Amino acid sequence: MNTPVGRGKLGKAVARSAIAIAFACLALTPNAASQDYATMAGEAGQSGGNLILALRSEPKTLNPVLSIDATSREVIGAMQADLIHINRESQRVEPALAKSWTISRDGKVYVLHLRQGLRFSDGAPFTADDVVFSFGLYLDEKLHSPQRDLLMIDDKPIVVKKLSAYTVEFDLSKPYGPGERLFDGLAILPKHLLEQPYREGKFAQTWNTTTPAATLAGLGPFVLKSYEPGQQLVLQRNPNYWKRDERGNSLPYLNQLVFVFVPNEDAQVIKFQAGQTNVIERLNADNFSLLLKEPKNKGLCMRDLGPGLEIQFLLFNQNELDPNKFHDLNPKQLWFRDLSFRRAVSLALDRKGMARLVYAGRATPIWGNVSPGNKLWLNASLPHPERSIEESRKLLQSADYSWDASGALLDPRKHPVAFTIIVSSSNAQRSKLAALAQDDLKQLGMNVQVVPMEFRALVDRVLNTKDYEAVLMNLVNGDADPTPEMNLWLSSGETHLWNPGETKPATPWEAELDHLMESQMTTNNFADRKRLYDRVQQVVAQNLPLIFLVSPNILVGAQSSVGNFRPGILEPYALWNVEQLFIRPSGAGQCP
Amino acid sequence: MTASWRKFVLLVLLGAHLIVAFPGFFAPYDFSQQHRDFPYAPPTRIHFLDSSGKFHLWPFVRPLRPSEDEHTAYLEDFTHEYPLRLFVAGTPYTVCGAWKARLHLLAVDAPGQLFLFGTDEFGRDEFSRLLYGARISLLAGILAAAAAISVGATLGLLSGFYGGWLDASVMRLAELFLALPWLYLLFAVRAILPLDIKTTDAFLLLVAVVGLVGWARPARLVRGVVLGAKERNFVQAAKAMGASDAHLLRRHILPETYGVLLTTAALLVPQFILVEVTLSFLGLGVGEPIPSWGNLLAELQHYAVLSSYWWMYLPALALVFLFLAYHSASSALQEKLSEAHA
Repeated sequence: MNTPVGRGKLGKAVARSAIAIAFACLALTPNAASQDYATMAGEAGQSGGNLILALRSEPKTLNPVLSIDATSREVIGAMQADLIHINRESQRVEPALAKSWTISRDGKVYVLHLRQGLRFSDGAPFTADDVVFSFGLYLDEKLHSPQRDLLMIDDKPIVVKKLSAYTVEFDLSKPYGPGERLFDGLAILPKHLLEQPYREGKFAQTWNTTTPAATLAGLGPFVLKSYEPGQQLVLQRNPNYWKRDERGNSLPYLNQLVFVFVPNEDAQVIKFQAGQTNVIERLNADNFSLLLKEPKNKGLCMRDLGPGLEIQFLLFNQNELDPNKFHDLNPKQLWFRDLSFRRAVSLALDRKGMARLVYAGRATPIWGNVSPGNKLWLNASLPHPERSIEESRKLLQSADYSWDASGALLDPRKHPVAFTIIVSSSNAQRSKLAALAQDDLKQLGMNVQVVPMEFRALVDRVLNTKDYEAVLMNLVNGDADPTPEMNLWLSSGETHLWNPGETKPATPWEAELDHLMESQMTTNNFADRKRLYDRVQQVVAQNLPLIFLVSPNILVGAQSSVGNFRPGILEPYALWNVEQLFIRPSGAGQCP
Repeated sequence: MTASWRKFVLLVLLGAHLIVAFPGFFAPYDFSQQHRDFPYAPPTRIHFLDSSGKFHLWPFVRPLRPSEDEHTAYLEDFTHEYPLRLFVAGTPYTVCGAWKARLHLLAVDAPGQLFLFGTDEFGRDEFSRLLYGARISLLAGILAAAAAISVGATLGLLSGFYGGWLDASVMRLAELFLALPWLYLLFAVRAILPLDIKTTDAFLLLVAVVGLVGWARPARLVRGVVLGAKERNFVQAAKAMGASDAHLLRRHILPETYGVLLTTAALLVPQFILVEVTLSFLGLGVGEPIPSWGNLLAELQHYAVLSSYWWMYLPALALVFLFLAYHSASSALQEKLSEAHA
């Protein structure tokens, strides 16, 4: 449709002021109270004040459908809302824009009842149309939304139907194990603002970082106020937000949420020490210890939340590779595919030393793929074999490995065992882990080189060119549920790290993993799923495709003047309850 | 500068290089030996007074015990004392990469520890790493200086002696090289190299590049000397007697440049050591666990290290002293040279 630009604008402006007037009238009538507010438990706060937080990078986009990077997600999280939300503290689901829901007995039909009378930050009403429209965006193949994979159950998209203005039905082709957790993080977007650019095929350019603040709207606690590239991004409170505190005061408490861009962690620490930022996240253990040493009167609330969902591991290249192209790597893969070799390596690694030396003790040694932070899903019965160079040597010996006069390890064909571990150069902790592993493996007579390289180059080698011998890397799960790990454990998965995209399972245990993961995803009963996933952890720990090392603790801090500071181990660690955060006017408070 | 001071400076420099040539003997530990119970341990205190206040002529150390409640905090264990011992057989090492040896100058019996300059994040002895690290850093400086001087001297000699178009083009080229931003050139070279080339090889290659890029200054100096030398009477006389160009250059002109070259070398070596330090600081130097002064100082990039562990600065202090020695040596040489001319 081609409308003259001028007239279109004028028309919209008229329509908008009409809506505004309509809402102004509404606000005056007693009917305004018919909004379905959500009530949040917590310390009753004071309205006003700004909270300042440093981000290491700038958001790439403000569009929830297109965002991939953690920074964009963190900023968007404060501006948008989802239907059903995972509480970052309890790790359980709670009602958000949907006040209640029902799931059919076969687990395939979800009916969500929306809160009524809610308005977007620009004043437009929120209805089922916005929900249907938003899911249409996530599912549109052309937009390449990263959330699309989650909404494809058994390769078929979820069907979204509007039943009434405030009721929506979701039809799944198969039961879905994680259930309503599916809806977490899927922001509901304003149809009235985004439909036109979507129809015109301009959606990929909408709501980027150059978009004027006035053309953005959401259902989250904050709206964009200004964005200065390289400096800061300022959000201000959404006057139409749908949460209240227990006294009935409207949330959020804060007037502004300010993200300043500080690319370096050390610089962030200095700013935080100087009181220029209120909250600090993603701290490393050294800086955390440094801040802990600050005198008490500085009023810092430092929190060690224990192990998060991040796991660090060592991985050997087990890909089927063209022997002509990879003639150096091919003979080494005989070791990498040898379970005795991988077990010997695992036995020789000093995980406790890693936790102590690299993370100042603020990390937990792990022997399986689930971090102890994930209490719900951890298979606590996995064995924790003690480190033993002696046992490790015995294991190698029984697999026909031997040692020459100088103590160098020789493989069964009498070739010296030497390989290179690549690590990301931007992560100081991982380089240190690699240095410790190098020293541990030297005691077995292995000659290990450590090569730091740029992170993207590293990922490219692991997933695309497959030109690497071993790599030390990490995985961070956004949720405690195992389903987001499908791509890792399925033999056909694109991130089946040690051998991505196998046409058929290369080993019997990988076939078993395929079966277990598929079944847990389509089972509704938690106990059954847990049993299946326990077995996954057991199979992985027995076959060691990845050699798990440590799970670092989540370390965060806030000035004690920040009220309701209740960080969780899931992202966004400190900002998950940003609507409840407030600044005590009296300054420093108690640090619980 | 008095003659005795000059001698002292040269002796210090010689001594420093001697220690660096045999780090295994002077270092109590191997550079890669990790004492995992002692990360960031402060320098070991050397005691003369025991717990009862009695004076001992021979110094001793007390073992460290990691503190229970704080990471990298240590307490001295007063129940044990370990005297320092000289010429002790300890961790094996190789001398000049050829002979195996076990003899160490200084040590204490296990489980006592002797961390003269404290330890790093893996509990590796900083003093031992400093000595071993000097090997890489000094080698880098000397090799790069040798490369720069040999290329520079050759080109300077030829361009000064023959003059004409050769002179003009070499000197324009020298100006071009002086204008090059060498640091970015090195980045470019490192980027072209395959990533998993052995770091030692990559490092040597970078050193070579640094040296070759640095030829311009010595070349200009040598050219100046040659211009003067070739007009001297004995050179003219030799020429008149039918001496060949090669003979003239080798017998009469090259010896005239030795003084300048030596002085320049004494200035170039610390300059190139600094290049190594810069490269390692940026993560382009030799890889773990091999130490170099740049690697050691790179630890100071982390704010927590910078503000908590003062002994991590000691390599910087060593760097200052070495530079001072080199610069003094350079001035000493220069003075000696002008005296000789006078």
